[in-house]
Amino acid sequence: MLESLLAVSGLVLLRDSVQWEGRSLLKALIKKSVLCGEQVHILGCEVSEEEFREGFDASINSQLVYLDLYRDPLNWSKTGEAFPGGLLGVLRAMRGKTDPRPVTIALDSLSWLLLHLPCTTLCQTLYALNYQDSSLGDSSPVQQVRVLGLLHEELHGPGPVGALSSLAQSEVTLSGTAGQASAHILYRRPQQHPTVKTQWFSIRPDFSLDLQGGPPLASQPHPDPHIFQVDPTTHLTFNLHLSKKEKEAKDNLTLPFQFSSEKQQALLCPSLGQATSYIFYEPDVYDDLDQEDPDDDLDI
Amino acid sequence: MFPELNNLLNATPDKVDQGKLTLLCDAKTDGSFLVHHFLSFYLKANCKVCFVALIQSFSHYNIVGQKLGVSLTTARERGQLVFFEGLRSSVDVFFRAKGEPHPLQFLREASAGNLQPLYEFVREALRPEDNGEAAWRCPVLLVDDLSVLLSLGMGAVAVLDFVHYCRATVCWKLQGNIVALVHDSGDTQDEENDILLNGLSHQSHLILRAEGLATGFCRDVHGQLRILWRRPLWHPAQRDRSLTYQYKIQDKTVSFFAKGMSPAVL
Repeated sequence: MLESLLAVSGLVLLRDSVQWEGRSLLKALIKKSVLCGEQVHILGCEVSEEEFREGFDASINSQLVYLDLYRDPLNWSKTGEAFPGGLLGVLRAMRGKTDPRPVTIALDSLSWLLLHLPCTTLCQTLYALNYQDSSLGDSSPVQQVRVLGLLHEELHGPGPVGALSSLAQSEVTLSGTAGQASAHILYRRPQQHPTVKTQWFSIRPDFSLDLQGGPPLASQPHPDPHIFQVDPTTHLTFNLHLSKKEKEAKDNLTLPFQFSSEKQQALLCPSLGQATSYIFYEPDVYDDLDQEDPDDDLDI
Repeated sequence: MFPELNNLLNATPDKVDQGKLTLLCDAKTDGSFLVHHFLSFYLKANCKVCFVALIQSFSHYNIVGQKLGVSLTTARERGQLVFFEGLRSSVDVFFRAKGEPHPLQFLREASAGNLQPLYEFVREALRPEDNGEAAWRCPVLLVDDLSVLLSLGMGAVAVLDFVHYCRATVCWKLQGNIVALVHDSGDTQDEENDILLNGLSHQSHLILRAEGLATGFCRDVHGQLRILWRRPLWHPAQRDRSLTYQYKIQDKTVSFFAKGMSPAVL
């Protein structure tokens, strides 16, 4: 299902956390888009262009149109590279008009934009990015636009996150256990129930996705270099396991409390010779037999 | 610096990573020992250090530095250390002519401004020298601590913008490092502080979080330190990226041990 995220247009939210970063998944999806022959625009606010492009091979990198907001987003350095229409103008200008190919716009990150723009304005701009074609009314063919937005969940209250999530076609929430990442995918289709699925995955160093069937087994030993693995079964003073012969001997043994049919027979139908029993008691020679009643002093 | 902490972080003054943001965070305890560690570490590593100290005076850091084997006075005279003493400068803001720029200019402004003057101070302090010779290894910005800026009236986004510009200049352009301390307010529902802490956590490469013990004060165990390396998902060492140790602060050093393995307990 993770691979079908790119099948539809609209906003795809990638919700990550401090523990599980989502930029690698964003880069994996970008690579997939480029390989599908789409034009890809990236708005980079959080990491430098070099850091973002790191790991992609040259053929992918040459296809990416990168807009760098990282170096001087607020024009403090006064380098003169200020964006004329402000941040919103940048966003609106991101979709190419001439190329009829589908466009993927990656926002790294939506959180940064949300901290610097009013939530309503941002939502309206994102909506306009996706659905501009119908309002323009020009004769050019309808261009498919997909927006991948990386959102750091902890940074925002439930209000803005809810607004963005209602705008999104699909949401991917990242989490994981024991070094294995998982994606909780909510996929909304028009006039159908939303689909929910959890997908385990890992990302290879070349940013291709490796999908896995289920969670990692908890019993797998962790190769932690800081913990020395000590085998607790060495130097034991007893056997942990029985040999085959010992096991057979153990299985053949009838334990005293085991109730078998033979035992039952012996109890229910006593043989004649054992019907009456006597107790013969012969005191020892030196037994100290006291004739007095032992309970005499109890005053009963 | 504390050799045991260096071992845990796999760092030595001879081998300094570059272009990294390290976030120090303390919750229900005092994490300033981490600031002292990194200050002495980078001075010993022969890095050019800009120290924005908003919590304590120069003499305080100098005395602790001497215990750890570095002299801040000498480092300042040699030009290795640029020390911004927030306590003293905050008074200066009010006694200078209005037109003169000051790093803490926002204290004088009625409306909540930005931290651009403070950023420009950092940029000037760490600007590479013009004579072409690299006297120091790499620039380092140290901030103790960023939560104070919130208390002084700045918004979390303004502080995040300040760190963003410092990252772009120090980490990316100059290939240096940033170390910043932020308090974790914990249960007190301080939204601005939470935004600052989470925003910085998402930007940082390494997070050191000092926490007080959940069971309360203890004479032999002063708290626990969580280490989180924020490696990308494709990185092969995904499993061992988070470690937790307990520590005890001694006179000149800090000893670390596995949870529940304090020498006083065993």
